[in-house]
Amino acid sequence: MEEFAALLDALIYTRSRNEKLRLIAEYLRETPDPDRGWALAALTDGLDFKAVKSSTIRNLLKERVDPVLWSLSRDFVGDTAETAALLWPEPLGGVGTPPPTVSEAVDALGVMTRTSVMTELPRLLDRLDSAGRYALLKLATGGMRVGVSSRLAKVAFAQAFDVPVDDVEEYWHALEPPYADLFAWGADGADPPDTENLPLFRPFMLAHPLEETVVDLADYAAEWKWDGIRVQLVHVAGETRLYSRSGDDISATFPEMVDALDLPAVLDGELLVRGVHQGGEQGGAASFNALQQRLGRKTVSKKMLTESPAFVRLYDVLMLDGEDLRGLPWANRRKRLEKLVPRLPDSHFDLSQLVEARDFDHLAQIREGARDDAIEGLMLKRRDSLYVPGRKTGLWYKWKRDPLLVDCVLMYAQRGSGKRSSFYSDYTFGCWDGDPDEGAELLPVGKAYSGFTDAELKKLDKLVRQTTLNRFGPVREVERTLVFEVAFDSVHSSKRHKSGLAMRFPRIHRIRWDKPVHEADRLDGLRALIRD
Amino acid sequence: MAAPFSWIRPEPHGVHVVPADVWIDPSKAVDAALVTHGHADHARGGHGTTVATPETLAIMDLRYNTREGATPVEYGETIRLKGGVDATYIPAGHVLGSAQILLEHAGERVVITGDYKRRPDPTCPPFQVTPCDIFITEATFGLPLFAHPPIAEEMGKLLSRLEAHPDACVLVGAYALGKAQRVIAELRAAGHHQPIYLHGAMEKMCRLYEEFGVNLGELRLVADHDKDDIRGHVVVCPPSALNDRWSRRLPDPITAMASGWMRVRQRARQRNVELPLVISDHADWAELTRTIEEVNPHETWITHGREEALLRWHQLHQRRARALALVGYEDEDD
Repeated sequence: MEEFAALLDALIYTRSRNEKLRLIAEYLRETPDPDRGWALAALTDGLDFKAVKSSTIRNLLKERVDPVLWSLSRDFVGDTAETAALLWPEPLGGVGTPPPTVSEAVDALGVMTRTSVMTELPRLLDRLDSAGRYALLKLATGGMRVGVSSRLAKVAFAQAFDVPVDDVEEYWHALEPPYADLFAWGADGADPPDTENLPLFRPFMLAHPLEETVVDLADYAAEWKWDGIRVQLVHVAGETRLYSRSGDDISATFPEMVDALDLPAVLDGELLVRGVHQGGEQGGAASFNALQQRLGRKTVSKKMLTESPAFVRLYDVLMLDGEDLRGLPWANRRKRLEKLVPRLPDSHFDLSQLVEARDFDHLAQIREGARDDAIEGLMLKRRDSLYVPGRKTGLWYKWKRDPLLVDCVLMYAQRGSGKRSSFYSDYTFGCWDGDPDEGAELLPVGKAYSGFTDAELKKLDKLVRQTTLNRFGPVREVERTLVFEVAFDSVHSSKRHKSGLAMRFPRIHRIRWDKPVHEADRLDGLRALIRD
Repeated sequence: MAAPFSWIRPEPHGVHVVPADVWIDPSKAVDAALVTHGHADHARGGHGTTVATPETLAIMDLRYNTREGATPVEYGETIRLKGGVDATYIPAGHVLGSAQILLEHAGERVVITGDYKRRPDPTCPPFQVTPCDIFITEATFGLPLFAHPPIAEEMGKLLSRLEAHPDACVLVGAYALGKAQRVIAELRAAGHHQPIYLHGAMEKMCRLYEEFGVNLGELRLVADHDKDDIRGHVVVCPPSALNDRWSRRLPDPITAMASGWMRVRQRARQRNVELPLVISDHADWAELTRTIEEVNPHETWITHGREEALLRWHQLHQRRARALALVGYEDEDD
């Protein structure tokens, strides 16, 4: 555990990506199996111990430290695991027994129950120093916050053993922690893991924002960017899986999709719910709001299946009838996809239509109209682009419609976590429910924690501290003095909020230090933009 | 007879000693001020009379040119103020010249600590426990998670990083008054006798320390040297210069910061620190609570810092305490 703890600390304090890669690669080369596999799983959030949650740690600490002192400390640090690691009372006589290895800790954590965790976790903690306790608790609860994405960890694996990173991505999803076969292949030159008859997730090809780039439509095809969730549907050897963009298996949430595919294929598309919101009658998709009702559920009621049936609007085909098409240009894959669609049930599949335009300017005009059709924007795909994992510059672009803007007043601020711990960085803002000069009130309409610079954050934090009216735990109510220009993608009606609406993707667009609060926008204006 | 302790009154801008009409560490200009130490949030210019140790007065003179009305008091010396108030200056162990002030009036004793620590510091005499009725303390690191490690450990981290990167330099951000000189003196105590390079803003204060007999070894200014001279050396700068354009003239600096806040990982990340050094000139939680137990006052008043947690500790230990909510005291980069 000491080596893993040292790795975590080194990663926390390292800014350079190359240095992070070097640190992880060195750890993977020098650490024995299965410790390095478990560590790799921890870095990529691949571990889950049912019995150990943040609340477990909180409860353990509250048995040992005064609850008020615990809460004040947790609030200051902004991270439960770190606070606990710092506050854990070391056993009398110091940390005596040798610290557990990573695999010993993983084994012990894996068999803990909600009851046994209250005695077993303290035993592990008592064998570690503060850095070790931090590493153990992070390993147990996930959310490393060391600035390492799972992609970076895979690149580090590829660097450590000099193997292609795309292969690592592909095998990754076929294997479970501690990835013994992956290390056997990478480190010891064994045969690659057998993936042929497994319903594996293949890493998605992603797009860059277009920004100021102008492309020639002779080289690029355009299609709508639908507002659902990007999915991959895989059928092989009689088994079907539905994967989300991050590679999570969401088959159980959308059982109708699992039943709808029975030919060997790997398909890329947008998961949507039937409706008339996006693209009108013809578009046939409901708003993201409707889809959201179905996300994150472990089981689905019959009522839901009939009222909000899901379907996939297909963008691409990666594999078909045992043939890997990813090495073909997009135009060829598109032809194969168009031929394939009639073989699929139209109740559950349709084809994402291409958007025809005379030239780039014409396409820009078409994009302007996207809001009326409630579509997120356009995708531009290079006609000769192979299907390559991740974001490769120049191949695919997303060209989102311009955001909507509204002026809101800052009402509440909450302390952030991670890098922003102890800064008031999450802001709740509101609009007037009438004429502010005639006694109208502000009602909260949304919350945002992005869109400002570090320097602006410092200024905002200072303002919050100086204008606090009330404190509710980590939240402060502030005097109504500041206007935010808030950008958002769309607004929907919502019963959860007093204002009766909810914004999608709100972020701070500009801080209007200059604008008087009574000039902020009113709810009526925002309500008029609702598209459900 | 007046109510007990009615002669000493916490006001938003400082503690007012009523019969003497003097203020302790006032945050605005007053006729007469008693100053505990030279940090900007305690020592401001513009007072009619300023009573402080000779070291603190020298520091204030350097920083604000406040020669007028300066009244020196040595450690252990008692001066008689108006209205029958006696003031005694006692070492606080915080920085050069830092003092606690013991006030006595009508048989009642009040100690104001200013800022203090209990760890040994080669640049100033150690804190002395002084029994009193009211103990007015700071609480900068008043949370149980703050436990400053022995400074030798932190020096070890710094020197081993330097040794591992002989072509780079370690740039230590340290508060210009106190922290910087303590880090340099501790490096010398750890056997590091190489020249240490300074940011220009550090020079005068280091010279002042040396005039008061603190030996800092060979110091050089970064501005007088080439990149190659600095390779393999320690450079000390104010925290604000760590990520400033100034540091671009250094050879591959490894950014370190000497501060008690470095105990919290995400705090160090916020400052883009690569090598956090947990070094503080304030008392940590154990020192704060131990000091209160040793002083064993009738009541504790808390001036600034994380007062909520220290209030809670008093409650848990059946001790009387109140928070003063003074304005203008800040968490300096400590």
